[in-house]
Amino acid sequence: MDVAEKRQEKLKKSSLFWKTFKSQKMLYAMSLPFVAWVFVFNYLPVWGWTMAFQNYIPGNPFWQQEWVGFHHFIQLFQDERFFLALRNTLAMSFLGLLFGFTIPIVFAILLNEVRHSIFKRVTQTITYLPHFVSWVVVAGIVTKMLSTDGGIINDLLVGMGILDQPYQFMAEGKWFWSIVTISDIWKEMGWNAIIFLAAIAGLDPQLYEAAKVDGASRFRQIWHITLPGIRPTILVVLILNIGHLIQIGFEKQMLLSNSLVIEYAEVLELYALNYGIGLGQFSYGTAIGIFNSVVSIFLLLLANGIFRRYSNQSVM
Amino acid sequence: MANPSDLYQTTVREKIFDIVNYLFLSIVIVITLYPFLNVLAISLNDSTDTVRGGIYIWPREFTLNNYLEILKYDNLVTGFVNSVLRTVIGTILGVFIQAMVAFTLSRTDFQGRRFVSTAIVLTMYFSGGLIPGYMLIRDLGLINSFWVYILPGLVSAFNIIIIRSFMDGLPFSLQESAKMDGANDFVIFYRIILPLCKPVLATIALFVAVGQWNSWFDTYLYNSMNESLTTLQYELMKILDNTTMGGGQDANLMRPNDEQQMNRVSPQSIKMAITMVTVIPIIMVYPFVQRYFIKGMTLGAVKQ
Repeated sequence: MDVAEKRQEKLKKSSLFWKTFKSQKMLYAMSLPFVAWVFVFNYLPVWGWTMAFQNYIPGNPFWQQEWVGFHHFIQLFQDERFFLALRNTLAMSFLGLLFGFTIPIVFAILLNEVRHSIFKRVTQTITYLPHFVSWVVVAGIVTKMLSTDGGIINDLLVGMGILDQPYQFMAEGKWFWSIVTISDIWKEMGWNAIIFLAAIAGLDPQLYEAAKVDGASRFRQIWHITLPGIRPTILVVLILNIGHLIQIGFEKQMLLSNSLVIEYAEVLELYALNYGIGLGQFSYGTAIGIFNSVVSIFLLLLANGIFRRYSNQSVM
Repeated sequence: MANPSDLYQTTVREKIFDIVNYLFLSIVIVITLYPFLNVLAISLNDSTDTVRGGIYIWPREFTLNNYLEILKYDNLVTGFVNSVLRTVIGTILGVFIQAMVAFTLSRTDFQGRRFVSTAIVLTMYFSGGLIPGYMLIRDLGLINSFWVYILPGLVSAFNIIIIRSFMDGLPFSLQESAKMDGANDFVIFYRIILPLCKPVLATIALFVAVGQWNSWFDTYLYNSMNESLTTLQYELMKILDNTTMGGGQDANLMRPNDEQQMNRVSPQSIKMAITMVTVIPIIMVYPFVQRYFIKGMTLGAVKQ
């Protein structure tokens, strides 16, 4: 009896599903093909992770590949170049986090203190602009600005007597990390400030009025109202940034580097690219990619966990 | 009440704060703008004169020759055409599809919503990575094809979420009354929802278009052997790259055949003219769409 009832219920449910399906067939037609799309372009490559555990030979069917377990990972951890790439990745991502994260906050706060709305808008418009220009262009510009013939940086430094003669910044490995970090800030500062500006705009103006009546200076208002007010936004952005700590991309490193500074420029993804596709070592390259992903997921979870502990907030 | 001397002090301090702040932001403006102006000035200056140096923000011997010169390089012309094509096709198709998927997700009555939403949002958190991605593109036969510029990025989870959150703000009664008049879901989307979403669609279109226009890595990775599929950014990359420190990045391996007649001989001015050609379209579109995206981004950020 009970079983029969349940079965009936199930039947009803499934017939209801098909009924709704029919009436919503247009909605399904508008979305299911793209789920299939996403499956092909985003999920199928994950299957390719199996390559890292094989001696993958292109063209051979899956079941004829030779399985080698963790061989490629072991090889990876024995390669000096890997640790160099790891060092460069961490160094540049840490510098990026430190400055690329704090400077837009300071910039947003200072911009918010501008009373002149036209000046404010002009500043915003101009500082967003580099975000929309490709890294190819930015790399070209940076190279030009730092060049020894006619680059503004050298002209200024020599003109002010700080340097005797133009200095080849792009040829010195020790400058590479700074160059990447600074050009990144130049490109993205304005854009990254948007989210903080939006958060500041959402704060209650009455708080500022009250502070003014109490005689709080601008610094005090920033310190006691603006900063605490945007704290949640700051935390969320910080956590997201930490999650991406190791996935810093390779575009700027690839475009700004040259053979003279390669020891400071090669990041993990570039290393994977050079080995994996450049030398055709697909398995090894995939292993590097997996290492990269695993570490970033770990960092994201760690950061999220820490912040949940201390602020009862979470982004996931 | 605060005593008068206190009040006086705060105003002086406020003034100093303002002055320092304006000064600082002005410096930021100069630092942001100078490189662009410098590139523009050099691109408009006579190329032999440029070698003497000392061009900052104003051309010394004005000429348009550099721009005429780059028209002679076939690859650049092909690159320009391909860049325009991928930008136009990629943007129209991408925005339309993303809006359509977003629409189905904004329909709370849609019973496949959870499934579709999960499948698409998950893509934001993981991917196969560089090499498996490359292998897939190769297996799909997209290497040496124009479609590699369009197909892989067509469904973007991030854009779908932004469009969807905008659609969530539209009143559902609009759709109900349309349904009463016999419109099916696609007609409702196309005729009613799409026109109402102009601000967010303009924002997304800008993002997609800029992404398409600026992209060079897919050309480098998939189409570098095929001169007819080259893009402007890629050509610029090749030209700029070969001139950084002498031989360029050869130690960085797999630099596909850079042997180009213009490398090494191309003077500063021509390089800067090419740079300007890749930047100008963005500068031209930017003011028109800017008011939309500030609004769109701000709304999105506040909602978060």
